[in-house]
Amino acid sequence: MYRAGVVNPVRSAQRSETGGCDARGWLARLRGPLPPHRHTARTIAALTRNPGCHRRALLDSAGVDKQRLARQVGFPARVGQSPFAIARSAAFAAQVTADGGAELLRLARERLGLTISEARYVDLRRPDHPLAAAGVEAQAADRAAEAAPLEDAYAATRATISDAVRRGDAGVLLDHPTLRLEVAGQPAYLEPGPLALAAEGRHHVITIKSFAILDGQADPAKVSAAAIESAVYVLALRHLLADIGHDAELVSPEVLLVCPRDFSNQPTAAVLDVRKQLGVLRRQLARMARVEALLASLPPDLTFDLAVDAEGVPTRPPEELAAALRSVAARYTPECLAVCELAYFCRQEAAGTTAALGRSVQEQLGGVESVETVLGLASGRLTPQDEQAEVAALLRAAARLRAEALSAAAPRTEEQSEVRRP
Amino acid sequence: MSTLTALARVQAVAAGVAQPIATVRHVHLAERPMVVVPLTLAGEANAPLAAMVGADPDAPRLLIVPEPRNRDLRFAFAAELAAALLPYIDAHCGETELVAADRGREVRHRYRDAPQVLVPNTASVSFLRLLGRSTRFRRTDGAHAVHPSVPLLGQWLTFLAERAEYPGSSLLVAMTEALALHWATGQSALEDQNLAALLGWIDPPPGRSGAEAAALAEDPAVWPPAGPLTDPEFDRTRLAPAIAEYQAAADERARRRAYATLEELLRSQLAPTWELMWRGVARLRRLPPGERVANRWAVDRTAFTEYADYVRSGESRPQPRRDGAVAAAQRLDRWERAQASYAAQRAYDDPLVLADYRLTGEAFAGVVTAAQPDRVDDRGKRPVLRPRIEVVTEDWMPLRPGAVVYSPARPRQRATVVSVTPRDGATAVVLELAGGMGRSLTAPPGSVPAVGEWVAYTTLTDEYRPPAAFPAPEETPWTHGGPPVGDELTEQDADEDWS
Repeated sequence: MYRAGVVNPVRSAQRSETGGCDARGWLARLRGPLPPHRHTARTIAALTRNPGCHRRALLDSAGVDKQRLARQVGFPARVGQSPFAIARSAAFAAQVTADGGAELLRLARERLGLTISEARYVDLRRPDHPLAAAGVEAQAADRAAEAAPLEDAYAATRATISDAVRRGDAGVLLDHPTLRLEVAGQPAYLEPGPLALAAEGRHHVITIKSFAILDGQADPAKVSAAAIESAVYVLALRHLLADIGHDAELVSPEVLLVCPRDFSNQPTAAVLDVRKQLGVLRRQLARMARVEALLASLPPDLTFDLAVDAEGVPTRPPEELAAALRSVAARYTPECLAVCELAYFCRQEAAGTTAALGRSVQEQLGGVESVETVLGLASGRLTPQDEQAEVAALLRAAARLRAEALSAAAPRTEEQSEVRRP
Repeated sequence: MSTLTALARVQAVAAGVAQPIATVRHVHLAERPMVVVPLTLAGEANAPLAAMVGADPDAPRLLIVPEPRNRDLRFAFAAELAAALLPYIDAHCGETELVAADRGREVRHRYRDAPQVLVPNTASVSFLRLLGRSTRFRRTDGAHAVHPSVPLLGQWLTFLAERAEYPGSSLLVAMTEALALHWATGQSALEDQNLAALLGWIDPPPGRSGAEAAALAEDPAVWPPAGPLTDPEFDRTRLAPAIAEYQAAADERARRRAYATLEELLRSQLAPTWELMWRGVARLRRLPPGERVANRWAVDRTAFTEYADYVRSGESRPQPRRDGAVAAAQRLDRWERAQASYAAQRAYDDPLVLADYRLTGEAFAGVVTAAQPDRVDDRGKRPVLRPRIEVVTEDWMPLRPGAVVYSPARPRQRATVVSVTPRDGATAVVLELAGGMGRSLTAPPGSVPAVGEWVAYTTLTDEYRPPAAFPAPEETPWTHGGPPVGDELTEQDADEDWS
């Protein structure tokens, strides 16, 4: 679905001949000299929304900082969490993991059908972890930080779980584990993760969220976001188990979601089955691993390098960056506004398309892509091509009915308002 | 989303301004609606932060909670909201009228008017529902005693929020929904949830296109969000420091000063939405009401009367946390019948809504080309009047002989399709009519469409449908959890923990 003119088959062929296009080198060139932007469970979860978007797949594979890129091209994303929400969520998490996670264990027994009376609580929080103090804002800085301490943290998590399994511990509750997941050939470190519970031969992911479960019900949008995020952790934990030579399937697809009950601070829990989300996630990660196919069709000099100067200020002209972005096809839908940092740029670009009005609008208009074409076909100004005949007839009928109803209503409307005036 | 509405959206893009998708108003608008614009603190389940309330556009009442995480202050807010809302509700428990109930076997009284609460968006409806849930079980004595108006407010908010789910009800209305029912913008339905952007498309300021007005409206610095959530940037840079200042106030003077600062801050976030609400009301008022809007308002008034009488009986109990199996099934059944009736009524009232059904083949319209108004069918025991008319329509006509259709102009008359014949690129439909013509064998003038008259017919009907039969709650079958155990309400409900 690349735009015409972007693909140059001759050039693509040459490139693969020279063999100089190993994906990693290409992705690094696309990103420029900045270190790759690190994935979090949230950004990985976001990959599963709109998987057909090549632009996002490419930028995420290359580890480009989309937030900065969007700002530089003049379409900053409106992201950010209220400090009140951050504080509440941190306070709740701290509260339920207090006392060695006794409360969590109780909930795990209740909901997961475990019988263990106690579990060893191990806190793997890195003492130098910026999140330990500064909240989510520090994440951006952390993501750009070196991978070495993260790899160490992952090793520590792995060792702890490996030990527990070897010794046949009755139960181990791991707080702040660091998990690892390959995204487009790059390791992504997930922390501060949820909790991992190894008990009775099985492994469970425990996700703590601060939205309320009220009278047994919670906001479906938030639950589904939590489910896909939890699936990221389940997948990463499965990789870890495989890594230490155990059966990955020992990680249960049933995740314990812990939330405040009703209007209180008291925790309650629900079990989320994330099997479906795991499937979606695996498919999308597999697609991103095949990013070579995407790269082959790109202009060889393409880069999203912001050309940051000594002070860290991007110097790359916005028009140049915008042109680079436009050379990779996007698949904008209004839902992107909530999940992708580049959405406002893509929305601007999608102006005049029916997709910008929402998927259902486009479907109702028989999949016709441009607003101009819809209006042309509806008015009869545009002669439909063969495959458009059916949709053209529908649009003409719709236009006729709209015009007829509006003109019939015009005199009637006035008459009625006359009658109804007291 | 119908194809006609999708086309209207595309037309709005080209025109730069929203396009009508209704020719009459389908929501009831009270003479004096009560506007409520609530704000909540991010991250909490239901922590009121502020509200702008009132029935007079020029005299809004501002309520704020200087420390939303303080339980007592929350309930003080609820009491203030009750002081604004309950007298407004009570004011409608005055004049009554008598109406036939139970198909004429009974006479009941009904209040001539009912309260109407308008909020900016569906998230605000949810906020009021939660506020109702959090206040209706409170107790007015004991350790956590609240003002007596608080649980009452909870009952009324719960009642209103439940009605808001009922198709065609206008007791509690989200402005974005009401506007989107009548206009299609050149943006997506998702973006229409922003009230400022939606009104920007519908009613752009002079010299600006709807698209420009909507783009401006997305900047939270220019148009603060219509709530209930505030802009995170506002929370960080303005609200958090102001709340901290209030908490840190060393003496009464400092506390009053901090309170005043907070008040001004929250007013600045609420006032733009307050203006938008009344602009929305004014825009909607310019549309003439649909013919059946008054009928639906009467249903609302009946529901209001019943609940008000129940509350005033002094025996009222807060609504349970969750419906039992039977109550849930009954609610669903009521909802489905209301939904079907609402769809039919809107199509009958509005040719533009009917056009949606004409496009999908569930309705057709055309000119009467032949009529036998006095045709009598005497094949049965008794001769009956069964006029026939022929309608030529250009609409797509998938209906087959035997199909039963109704005309908005003569809703009591059944028309059965007798034949469907293609003619010169159009379709000739012969209909046999029954009902709505009196008892004699001669049709009264006007009761049968005359040659040359433009008529519309649809398969949609607003005929009375009796409720489905359900067992009594105590006979709930085991497949549905069996009879409910004991009374749902306990002391614990009142002592519920509050963070």
